[in-house]
Amino acid sequence: MDPAGPAEQAVELRQTPLHALHVACGARMVPFAGYAMPVQYPAGIIAEHLHTRAKAGLFDVSHMGQVTLRGATAAMLETLVPGDLAALADGRMRYTLLLNDDGGIIDDLMAVRVGGEFQLVVNAATKEADVAHLRGRLPASVGLELHDDRALLALQGPEAAAVLARLAPGVATMPFLSCAQIGDLFITRSGYTGEDGFEISVAADAAAGLAERLLAQPEVMPIGLGARDTLRLEAGLCLYGHDIDETTTPIAAGLAWTIGKRRRQEGGFPGAARILEELADPPPRRRVGIRPDGRAPAREGSAIVDPDGNPIGEVTSGGFGPSLGAPIAMGYVARAHADPGSALSVVVRDVARPARVAPMPFVPTRYYRG
Amino acid sequence: MPTLRFTKDHEWIRQDGDTAVIGITDYAQQQLGDIVYVELPAPGTRVEAGKEAAVVESAKAASEVYAPVSGEVVAVNDVVTGDPGKVNADPMGEGWFLTVKLDDPTALDALMDEAAYAAFVAEQH
Repeated sequence: MDPAGPAEQAVELRQTPLHALHVACGARMVPFAGYAMPVQYPAGIIAEHLHTRAKAGLFDVSHMGQVTLRGATAAMLETLVPGDLAALADGRMRYTLLLNDDGGIIDDLMAVRVGGEFQLVVNAATKEADVAHLRGRLPASVGLELHDDRALLALQGPEAAAVLARLAPGVATMPFLSCAQIGDLFITRSGYTGEDGFEISVAADAAAGLAERLLAQPEVMPIGLGARDTLRLEAGLCLYGHDIDETTTPIAAGLAWTIGKRRRQEGGFPGAARILEELADPPPRRRVGIRPDGRAPAREGSAIVDPDGNPIGEVTSGGFGPSLGAPIAMGYVARAHADPGSALSVVVRDVARPARVAPMPFVPTRYYRG
Repeated sequence: MPTLRFTKDHEWIRQDGDTAVIGITDYAQQQLGDIVYVELPAPGTRVEAGKEAAVVESAKAASEVYAPVSGEVVAVNDVVTGDPGKVNADPMGEGWFLTVKLDDPTALDALMDEAAYAAFVAEQH
């Protein structure tokens, strides 16, 4: 066997401000989106995953792009995304999508409206391209800054609010998808695990100190990218470049909920003609959750076939769901097979293995509802 | 006294007479991390030296387990298919994978002994 996996190309990897702390915590570092990132700590992916669902996990997401737009109005941004940003109150945020002119997804992101500006959090692998896209599409008067001088920490789990309140009083009652500036920290009540939690933007030179104080709290454990992936998969959340990309539209991806009523009526976003048509007449394939009947995980790229063996789709994310103790996956399948409960098979190592379409999230989300 | 040998692919094999038990090493299970699935061949099938004999999946990825020697599978360990974490907990004991009847009882001579494997693992870092 080859337990270490294929050798990575020797490339100059960027380090986050928490690099030394990861190494001191015993992390196994791997290349991810051009960064050296912790895939797991000594506890391991399953323990890290279960700890996050039970207590609180600290994630370094400093590789993600933090972008400030100065002088950009909601109307300007709405020419690039299908989300209703005009309705976004100050201090609130929402999940939305950068679309290309065919309605394909350039990136998924969080947009925060704060102090008359918009702040975006975008994916690491796409951040430079996103910035170039925004610069090209927004008026020249809009100031655009990618904050490589800031780190981003995520604290996720049912104990996250109690923990963070010790360091940043007031966070416990922040509404879900709101933001607050508390001292030097810019905090949002958000995350990508399906749990309650926060993302904390902090100056790069203060990040390690903050992370150390959080890790000193008895409920908190450091969590790597491995568990971040299993947590988001159980929560039914898309991973950009895998579950969604420029070839998938929000409708095929099951993200029609990100397009508000007013945007559907008015259009005015890239690919609106196609997307509005797909809302009325759904595209041939759509993203679904999949539960294999057996124990074999179905990984990204596994073919999906109907009970007669005819190809009907492909797995885009898959693995083992630690909270379920069973394999889970998501992928695109032909609409006729997309309803929960539909029988299909996933082809793993040339064997078609029975599975069923399952509702997502696989694990109930526990966002803060006040 | 059983003979214990190792491969560069991090399998171990323990010979007793004309049969041998095969598993993955402690180093392998550490590198893989949490093991969530093990797929073993059916008893009666043949395995060929250097070819895939089993599959082990960690939380991150699937890996092939190669047969250190050629032979016929005479037993497989249902404990690890039911509880894959046993491979992490006890890779050289309860976490064994399969037993083969050896085509060539001297085949293990070509493999590393424990000291040579320890040196080989030390070189991996």
